[in-house]
Amino acid sequence: MRNLFAPFRGFIAVFYKEVLHMRRDSMAIMFALIVPIGEMIILGAAVDTNVRQVKTVVYDQSGILEGTASVPGSSESRAFLDRFRNSDTFRIYKFVHSEKELNEEMIAGRARVGVEIPIDFDRDLLAHRSAQIMVMVDGSESAVAGQALNVATAIGLDESLRRMLPASTAAAIEVRPKVMFNPDSRSPNFFLPGLIAVMLLMITTMLTAFSVVREKERGTLEQLMVTPIKPLGLMMGKMMPYFVLALVELTLLLTFMRYLFSVAISGSVILLVLLSLSYLFVNLALGMLISVKANSQAEAMQSSMGILLPSIFLSGYVFPRDNMPAIFYGLSHLVPATYMIDTFRGVILRGAGFFQLWENAAVLFVMGVVVLLLAARQFGKMVV
Amino acid sequence: MSAIVTKDLTRRFGDFTAVDHVSFNVEKGEVFGLLGPNGSGKTTIIKMLTGILALSEGDAFVDGLDVRKDPEEVRLRIGYMSQKFSLYDDLTVLENLRFYGRVYGLQGRLLEEKIAKTIDRNALQPYTDRLAARLSGGWKQRLALGCAMLHDPKIMFLDEPTAGIDPVARRRLWDLLFDLSGQGITFFVTTHYMDEAERCSHLAYVYYGKLIADGTPDSLRELPEASPAGTHRFEISTREVTSALRKARALPYLKSATIFGRAIHALVDDHVTSDQIVADLAAKGVQVEEIRPLVADLEDVFVELTVRRQREIGEAVGA
Ligand SMILES: Nc1ncnc2c1ncn2[C@@H]1O[C@H](COP(=O)(O)OP(=O)(O)OP(=O)(O)O)[C@@H](O)[C@H]1O
Ligand SMILES: [Mg+2]
Repeated sequence: MRNLFAPFRGFIAVFYKEVLHMRRDSMAIMFALIVPIGEMIILGAAVDTNVRQVKTVVYDQSGILEGTASVPGSSESRAFLDRFRNSDTFRIYKFVHSEKELNEEMIAGRARVGVEIPIDFDRDLLAHRSAQIMVMVDGSESAVAGQALNVATAIGLDESLRRMLPASTAAAIEVRPKVMFNPDSRSPNFFLPGLIAVMLLMITTMLTAFSVVREKERGTLEQLMVTPIKPLGLMMGKMMPYFVLALVELTLLLTFMRYLFSVAISGSVILLVLLSLSYLFVNLALGMLISVKANSQAEAMQSSMGILLPSIFLSGYVFPRDNMPAIFYGLSHLVPATYMIDTFRGVILRGAGFFQLWENAAVLFVMGVVVLLLAARQFGKMVV
Repeated sequence: MSAIVTKDLTRRFGDFTAVDHVSFNVEKGEVFGLLGPNGSGKTTIIKMLTGILALSEGDAFVDGLDVRKDPEEVRLRIGYMSQKFSLYDDLTVLENLRFYGRVYGLQGRLLEEKIAKTIDRNALQPYTDRLAARLSGGWKQRLALGCAMLHDPKIMFLDEPTAGIDPVARRRLWDLLFDLSGQGITFFVTTHYMDEAERCSHLAYVYYGKLIADGTPDSLRELPEASPAGTHRFEISTREVTSALRKARALPYLKSATIFGRAIHALVDDHVTSDQIVADLAAKGVQVEEIRPLVADLEDVFVELTVRRQREIGEAVGA
């Protein structure tokens, strides 16, 4: 029994000490707890990747000859523009009276979409000639541009079909889309589970990354090196309080996600927390590895950033992994957040259970053990 | 069995040899003082003996254990107080002590007993709940010593324990060291203070990584290199010490001269009298205020050894 615990000598001592450090530095701890919640509130409220209510300017020339100056356009063009409005994609905020004005609105960035309806729009329609409409899209925001083009084209096509087919006939094929798991395509449902994973990563690696390096700078690490303390004991003792802190943070974030942003958790919350444990473990171990390698707090900070960025971009948090070039897709397997985000989305959105997700947790656990052993080895190398 | 034995202890950093084949023995219960100018390798020697730095060459035994083979066991038997007192500033005195006690596996009643003993020994009672950051230098040093000795080590390594603390605290620390060494604890201490060196029972002097003197303070004072046969010393007080030193060095019978405060310590041939020196200096325009014969003190010895060494190195480079 004694020998089993020998590699962890010093664990208890370090654990108590770290808890004291945390209590003395309660500001930093509060900060660590509050920042992620702030991020969640900002992201949950502000980021909506679904393209809605794109600012649209219209230059409607049709009906000018009819001379109804009070309302622009003809009855045909107004009916058509209503379809634009009803699509939810476009928000017509202004009618202009010249092509120049239309251009100005676009160049100034006030409008993302400009619609120009020619003077003979209604007459062409009535005469069963092809009536033309110009839709200008600001390409500088590609997601918006793509969506706006698709919807505008679809409206045009639909309107054409409606006019071409006799009223009684049905379309030959009707596609009825059904979005599973996130039926309203709400952005918070997609983003917040990923955000939780990234925020947990941030606070755990950062806080631990500073912990050993701070002792190097103070000189207390040298003092510890002449005591019988073991690297694993020291590192686990330092990780444990942050582990608890991260669990508290996870609970807070899940609560905010559920009740402030109404993201329902389809699966088991307990399973979710259990599957997160190995993720917290990897991140803490990574923080340790950084800390043992770094010679200054600044260096530790940089390395933490170096871990954070790939975790954001490769994990599928922002960009879907399925669309990644093969090399990045391969690399994404090395990023712990990839597995955690998959697990989070699985449990929260798809209601997945243990048997669908245990592999993620297992991979993370193995990663954690490897990283921790690397850190311990690095620690041993400090006697040079 | 000696408390510490080194044989050709050597440490290199790249091409640079910080400690060069240093051999010495420290007996149990001794207060061993290691002296030497800045950068001469004192800290490096301590770090090798305490297992923080690996040896490049040679052997070292602490309490009979080979530090290369048995560093774990060595750690249990030694205490170390580093050059900067390594305390946790945001922990109180008591919390610092508890931490180091637990590190050595102490717990429960035993831990509290040892802490009580340490607090008592170092008179830390009034400060137990004060943050270490708020302690003054002398108290920090007492706490650091307490932390390093909580586990009753047999051998203590103290790296410049009195740097930057006031004379009273220094005196008190040394009284404590002697008290403890009387109880059989061996102390390995580095210092730059001669009065501290005088109190050591065993001294060694390192210069640029080489051990150039080793013995009791008395035996060092009588070293022939420091006080060569056919010479004696004078302390010459004068106003303009710097210009006086330059002029004195021109005297043919003067072996060496150094400034100590407002006086010059001069080593001269046996036959030269104080009157002759006063007369010769007066001829060069130096007014001697007081001159008296001097027994070599340790500082003279170390300065002499250093100067000779520098000359040897200079000759080796010149040749
Ligand atoms: N890790 C290291 N890498 C390179 N050189 C080192 C290292 N540690 C010490 N040195 C060099 O070794 C020499 C001896 O240093 P050491 O600290 O042992 O001297 P010291 O006698 O303790 O000096 P001081 O009285 O200033 O404390 C110095 O020249 C120092 O620059
Ligand atoms: Mg030193």
